[in-house]
This record gives sequence, C-alpha cells and structure tokens, in this order.
Amino acid sequence: MTGRCGPVAVDIGLDFEGEEIEVSTFQEERERERHRAKRSDSDRERRKRGNGRRKRASRAEEGKGESQARHDRREKGRRKRTRRDQDDKGRKRDEEVQAKIKSGKSAKTRKHIKYEKKRKMEEKLEVEEGEGEERHAKRKRKHGSANKEERDEDGRKRTVKEKAQGVKRKKHKKVVETSSEPSEEEDNDEEDNEEVEVRPESLSSEELEKLKEAVDERKKLIQVLRGKPWPMKKKCVTLWESQEFVEKYEGALGKGKGRKLYAYKVMMTKKWMKFQRDFENFKTACIPWEMKIKEIESHFGSSVASYFIFLRWMYGINMILFCLTFGLVMVPEALMGRPYGTIPRKTVPRAEATSAMDFAVLWDFGGYAQYSVLFYGYYNNQRAIGWLKFRMPLSYFLVGVGTVAYSYMVVIRTMARNANESGVGDDNSFNFNWKMFTSWDYLIGNPETADNKFASITTSFKEAILEEQESRKDDNIHLTRFLRVLANFLVLCCLAGSGYLIYFVVRRSQKFALDGLENHSWWERNEVNMVMSLLGMFCPMLFDVISALENYHPRVALQWQLGRIFALFLGNLYTFIIALMDEINLKREEEKIIKFNITTWEASLYNGTVSENSTAPPVTIQPADVPRGPCWETMVGQEFVRLIISDTMTTYITLLIGDFLRAVLVRFLNYCWCWDLEAGFPSYSEFDVSGNVLGLIFNQGMIWMGAFYAPCLPALNILRLHVSMYLQCWAVMCCNVPQERVFKASGSNNFYMAMLLVILFLSTLPAIYTIVTIPPSFDCGPFSGKQHMFDVIQETLELDFPAWFGKVFSYASNPGLVLPFILLMVLAIYYLQSTSKSYKEANVELKKKLQTQNEENKKKNKLAALKAQMDQEEARKASS
Amino acid sequence: MKLLHGRYRELAPHLVPLDYTNNPDIRVPPTLIVTMPELKENPFRDRIVETFSEDGHGNLSFNDFVDMFSALCETSPRELKTIYAFKIYDFNRDNFICKEDLKKTLNKLTKGELSPEEVLLVCDKSMEEADLDGDSKLSFSDFENMVSKAPDFLSNFHVRI
Repeated sequence: MTGRCGPVAVDIGLDFEGEEIEVSTFQEERERERHRAKRSDSDRERRKRGNGRRKRASRAEEGKGESQARHDRREKGRRKRTRRDQDDKGRKRDEEVQAKIKSGKSAKTRKHIKYEKKRKMEEKLEVEEGEGEERHAKRKRKHGSANKEERDEDGRKRTVKEKAQGVKRKKHKKVVETSSEPSEEEDNDEEDNEEVEVRPESLSSEELEKLKEAVDERKKLIQVLRGKPWPMKKKCVTLWESQEFVEKYEGALGKGKGRKLYAYKVMMTKKWMKFQRDFENFKTACIPWEMKIKEIESHFGSSVASYFIFLRWMYGINMILFCLTFGLVMVPEALMGRPYGTIPRKTVPRAEATSAMDFAVLWDFGGYAQYSVLFYGYYNNQRAIGWLKFRMPLSYFLVGVGTVAYSYMVVIRTMARNANESGVGDDNSFNFNWKMFTSWDYLIGNPETADNKFASITTSFKEAILEEQESRKDDNIHLTRFLRVLANFLVLCCLAGSGYLIYFVVRRSQKFALDGLENHSWWERNEVNMVMSLLGMFCPMLFDVISALENYHPRVALQWQLGRIFALFLGNLYTFIIALMDEINLKREEEKIIKFNITTWEASLYNGTVSENSTAPPVTIQPADVPRGPCWETMVGQEFVRLIISDTMTTYITLLIGDFLRAVLVRFLNYCWCWDLEAGFPSYSEFDVSGNVLGLIFNQGMIWMGAFYAPCLPALNILRLHVSMYLQCWAVMCCNVPQERVFKASGSNNFYMAMLLVILFLSTLPAIYTIVTIPPSFDCGPFSGKQHMFDVIQETLELDFPAWFGKVFSYASNPGLVLPFILLMVLAIYYLQSTSKSYKEANVELKKKLQTQNEENKKKNKLAALKAQMDQEEARKASS
Repeated sequence: MKLLHGRYRELAPHLVPLDYTNNPDIRVPPTLIVTMPELKENPFRDRIVETFSEDGHGNLSFNDFVDMFSALCETSPRELKTIYAFKIYDFNRDNFICKEDLKKTLNKLTKGELSPEEVLLVCDKSMEEADLDGDSKLSFSDFENMVSKAPDFLSNFHVRI
C-alpha cells in the first residue's frame, strides 16, 4: 500500500481496536460501579449472578467484534484482572462503604500500575509513530485535548493517588458517571435493564437504535472505501465525514494497545511481504542461467528453451557425478596413494619417456596423461592407503556403481515428477483471455525487459494460435493415415539400409584389420568413421523431408524425428562398442603373451643375480624399465576420452561454421549479391533442437560407459557442457532465427528423459558386462591380481566386517531368498502400475466431468442473462 | 504520501507547487505522466492515464495521480483492480469490451507482430471463451468472471513505487 491508502487502512483498523477495548472497559467499570452501589446488601449469590452476567456480556461483545481472534488474548487478560479486582473487593466486603471504595480502588490501582505504565509508554511510542500521517496526528491532538479536559474534571473529584491511573481509565470513569455518551447504551442494550436503570438516560431507545445503525453504516463505509472506484477527492471527503461522525458518537478516544499492535502488525506484514519478494528474487537469481534461458524462451519459444533447460539439468547431474569421482577417487589417490614413479604402473615406460611430454601425445591422452589419476591403470591395488586407511579399490568400485545407480534414480524421479506436473492443473478455459488481459507485467520498467516481454507474449500467442489451428484442423483422415504409413515405411527402409551399410562396413574393416592396415588406402582404413558421419549427416535431412508428408503437429513431428535419428545413432553406438570389444580381446591375447614373457624375464633376472653373487644386494630395477601388460582398461578409457574430445570439437566447429559463419556471410554478402540472401536460399539457420538434444544424450551415454575406466570423464563433460551452454546461448541469440511455427514444448522434457533412460540402459549394459565377465589386467588398476573386479566387495566383507556379517550376507545372497524377493518386487511393481493406471483413468473422467459442468454453467449463465434481459425489457414496456 | 507528491512534482516541477494550502487546480498533461519509469514501458500507459484522469483526456491532478497508484498498488483489493483493468481495456469507453477493443489490446501487446488473420482468430477465440451472454462483447461481469479465475492477474496488475 502506498501513499494515502496506507494511513487510511491503518486508521480504520485502529478505530475498531480502540473501540472494542473501550467497550470492554466500560463494562468493567460499570460492573465495579454496581458492586460499589450494591455492596451494602451484597451476598455471594448476587455476585455470582453478576459474574455470569459479565461473562455473558463479554461473550456477546465477542460475537459483535469484527476482528475477534486478535483480541482473545487481551480479553482473557482483562477478565483475569476483573476477577482479581473482585477477589480484592470480596475480601474487604465487610468494611465500611467509603473506606471500601477507596481501599478497593487503591488495591486495584496497585495492581494496575504495571499495565498503566505500559500503556502510557505505548501511547508515547504511538505518537512518535504517527508522525507524518496527518490525520492520525490530528486525531492525536484531539485525543490529547479531550484527555486534558477530563483530567481537569477528574482533578476535582479524585485524589492524587488516583491520578496515577491511566488516562483512559479515568475517562471511562467520567463517562460512566456522567453517562452523557450514547455509545454506552448502544453497546449495552442487549444486557439487562437493571443496567439501564442505574444510569440516567438522555435518549430514547428508538433514537439509539437509529444512531447505532448510522454509526455501523459509517463504519462499514470506511471499511469498504478502499474498494470503491471513486476518485480520491470523493473518497477523502467521505472518509473524513464518516470518521468525524463515528468519532463524535463513539468517542473514538481509546486507542491504546490495539492501535499499537495493529500498526505493528501492518508493519510486520509489509516487511514479511518484502522479505518474501526478496527471497523469491534471490531464489531465481540462484538458478544458473535462468535469465539467459528466459530470454531465449521469449524469442525462440519454449521448444528451444526446453533444450537449454535439458542442458542445464544435464549439467547438474554431471556436477554430482564429478563430485563423486573427484572427491572419492581422484583426490584420495593423488594425495594419499603412492606418488608418481614409485611403481611401474605409475611411471611412463622407458621407451615412451622421450615423447611423453609432447603436446601431440598429451592431446591424444598418452604419455604423462596416461600415467596419471585420469585413468584406471594408474591406481594401485593396495587395500588401504594413507593415514586414513582409505579403502581405495573398494571406493573405486562403489563410485563406479554409485554413478550408474544415481543416474538411474535421478532420471526416473525426474520423469515421474514431470509426468505429475503435466497431469494436474491444466485449466485452459480462458486461455486467450488470460494471455490478452493478464500477461503484461505492469512492474516492468526496463526497456530491455519490456522488449523481451513483448517477444515472449507474441511467442506465446503464436504457440496458442498454433495449438488452436491444429485442434481445428480436420483434413482427409484417410489420406493423412496413408501418408503417415508411407512415411514410416520409408523411414524404416532408410534405417534398415543404413544398418546394413554399417554392418557391411564393420565386417569389411575387421577383415582389413586382420590383413594389416598398412596394405590399404586411406579410405579403406577410415571407412567406418566416414560412413558413420555421412549417415549421421544426411539421414536426418532425409527424415526431415519425409516427416513433411506426415502432417503432424510440430511437437509430435519433433518427437518422431528424435526417435528416428535416435534409432540411427544407436547403430553408431553399437559399432563403436563392437570395435572396442574386438580391441579388448586383442589386448587380452597380448597380455597373456606378455605375462608369460615377464615370468621368464623375472626368472632370468633372479637366476643371474643368484649365480653371480648370493650375498650381493638385489638388483634395483628402475620402475620405468619393468615390462608391463597392455592394460586394456586404460585403453578403453582413452578411447572414450578421445571420442568425447573429438565430438566436442566437431560440435563447436559446426556451430561456428554452420551458424556463425553462415550468418555473417548472409548478413554482409547480402549487400552485393544478386538475390536476397536473408529471405532467399541460404538465409539464417534455425536452431536444430532434435540434433542438439540427441548429441547431448549420446554424449552422456559415452560418459556413463567410460566413466569407470577414466575417472576424468565427468570433469571433461562438465567443461564441455559449461562451454556449450554459453556458446550455444550466444549462437542462438546472435545467428539463428526463430522457427516459422513456434510451438509449445509441453512434455518435451519427458520425451528427452525417456530417451536418456534408454541410452543409460544401453550404455550401462556393456560397462557392466566388461566389469562382470572380463578379468582385470594383472599389473594395472585397483583390482589387479583379482579374478573379478567385484571380488573387492567380498574381500571387504571378509576382512573389514565381523564374521557374522559375512554369514548373514551369504545367506541373503542365497538364490532361495533372492528369487522370492525379486518375485515380490515384480508383483509390487505390477500392483502399483495397475493402481496408477486406474487413478489416471479416474482423473481423466473427472476432468471430463468438470469440463461438461463448465459448459453447462456457461449455458445456464447465457440463459439467465437472456432471461434477465427479457425481464428488463418487459419491465420497461410495462412502465412505459 | 510525501513520496508520492515528490514523484508527482518531479514530473513537472514548473507546474506543481510544494504546498497545497490554497488548493490550486493543477493538472499535469499525459505526455509528462507517461515518462514515469513505472509507466514508460507499459503498452497501455496512455489508457491508464486516461482512465484515471477526471477529464478523460489524460490530464492528472494530484488526486487522480494518487488515485492511480492506490489502485495499482500491491495491496489494493481485487475488485478495485478488476474495475480499473476493465476501464483500461475498454478503449472506446462504452462499458463493454468489444472486438475492436480486443484487437487494439492485442496489437499493443504484441507490437503488431501478428498477422491480421491471427489477430482475428485470437479475438474470436477470446470472445468465445469469455462471453457468457452471447452478445459478442464482454460486459463487466464477463470480464470479472474471467479475471477472477486468472492465476496471475493480481501479481501482474500492480506497480511498485
């Protein structure tokens, strides 16, 4: 509330507060008065009745009160006080009348001094607070003068001691004694007549009724004044008049605690609102890239924004994965493990040492990069490292498993949440109207924000129009169906063809590899990669053309497109995996030979030393000179890292050339070209949502596959995502144009998630396969020397846990227990799924019902309006 | 209050005196009012000023000025805001929002970036949605009914000063 409205509101509230206190104190005083008057023949019963009456009265008053909840506490306090007064009085009942009055009063006074002081303080405070509010101040002045008058009057009657009593209380005494104010009766006429008899009357009851009504009316008027669409002048005049009226007849003088409390409350609510606002701002400021994404959304529509939201989400996930691998694997090994050069697996071999620092080698993640914490092979199989006794192999294994488990959990949970959000609260009955009348944010004062807002409103209108057009469209359904079937058939043909091509090429390349790569041309050596990238480049375009046949809503079309390219890329992925498997097998063959060689080498070394001199110290061999196995795990890790790097580079370069360079050329060659480049053929590029989303998803699949063998992968991915966030945001804003048909991306995110889940599953399969079936290398990595990588769990169970735990574990892993458990889980899943299905059905049903009800209401309203019109006309006719 | 007067005076220091003791009749023309940062970017600024001015041409006296901000402030009641919102969107002041008004509103909101067919479609749709009595114009009760269900009317229809 600003300006004048503020004080108005405060004043109104305060009026009521003060008034109520006043009323209750009136009663108190009256009660006391009556006690005094009737004390001579007072007996217990009578007082009891009085008590009851008082209670009734206060209850009645409670019913009358407008904002009662706030007063309850005070009310209670007051009642307690009166009770205490009465006790006092009761004790001294048998004393002489005059003395009794005085002593009773003094007792009361003593008890109340505390309260009075407080009240006075508050009043003082209030005066300070009221500064700047003119009307407020005016009333204060009135208040003060009235008090003075009263004090003068009172001074004549009362002793000095009594003067110490609060201003308000005195005033009430005076009021009671003279009873010139009609407001008393007004609040009292529900009470017994006894009361009325005690005091002299000045007005008849009907007049009182009228007055009361008038006052009530005025009060109501003051209250609703703020909601009236009157000009301020009229408002002010009415307010002043009404307030004066109310003040005059109600003696709005008692504004003690209530006013203060109310003002405090108003202030606190204001502060609280401001705090909430700031907190909201803070929260949005904490969401990374929120502003950038909002800006893109306002210019390019929610479909493009959905890609960036997905990218941000991906970034968050990778952050967690990075923290896991970095904090639990890389850092402990670097800090507490044996330093570089102490054992063979941590040293660059002699043969490679000369070129180990070359940039070309490092760029390929060979040399020093290969023999570092970045790769699997560097880690030692020592059970516990450092003074912390950190279980390195166990940690390595658990982090590998945890990465995958966490990813599954997050993806599934996000999917569930998205599904929930999209299902509930989609009331679109006034979609266009709301967009039209309530979408402009009147708070906007910044030209840039305003431009964005204009763009976003236009985009949202376009989206809504598109939805509307799509829902209205009813073409030849048979033709559409036929075309769709045809399109799918064509796409299937494409996919089958490309699948066969990949298969053919891979087989051929395996044959070439067996022959030896040297005898073949460059094309034959790089055939697989070339075919892959050519397919990846041209098939999406083909799919795009084909999808034009289908005539889908663009959102659905995008999803089809995504699904098709996804299927195409899967071939890509699996050829890569097959090639990798072949390489692993080759390395393992090699490893066998080397292992045999090493044993003979060691034997010869041993023999040599023994034969020459048995007492001589054993020959110290530089770790760099020790022959070692090929370490297939590191090889796999390297492959993945190289792949990620090259993929990232390709993405960035295509972005720069395909978007930026094109935009620059179109923009500046347009001045000296024979046709309009901007409107004509090359034009500016649109943002390719499907390609980018799939790139992101497959990239993530690589990370999940390779992270076990190269702990540095999440870190690399974070870097990549971070850079691409900024780069793509910039590229979109500066060199792309919005799509022609902007569409709403509702539920797109879940589609991306579903694909991500599939990729996650597909990429964990080979990783788990290698972990479970292939024995680790004998001389590198944290699991060297073991039969299987997962033996580390068993080892830990045996050595680090008490015996009974191992026993329990072995019982629990008994197939007799595991199988029923799995069965139970399957049953539970089935049950949950069926219930959720039924809920969904019920939901749809309810929605339908709501909709029909709404329509019925609409009709009813229409009818009613028509009827009213008819009636009006009839009435008019009748009157004329 | 003082703050508001300060703001008012800022707009036209040569017109507005500091003390109001003798109630001078001062009006600030709309061209000056719409330069306020709160209104500067608002597509409906002219309508707002016109709605709140007593003479209907956008000349605001201080009372009108206060009136405007009291209606647009955060805590003013929904009913009041609805009344004024209706007045703002009722371009031709016939107490109904007709199709012309809708078109004007839409063109202001989108800076005229929608094609005429799209504008027509949106207007038809809006009318169809909100017009309950079938007279192809929105009366205040239609408007009120529509706005009362809007999720972000209150949060968007206010100005902070």
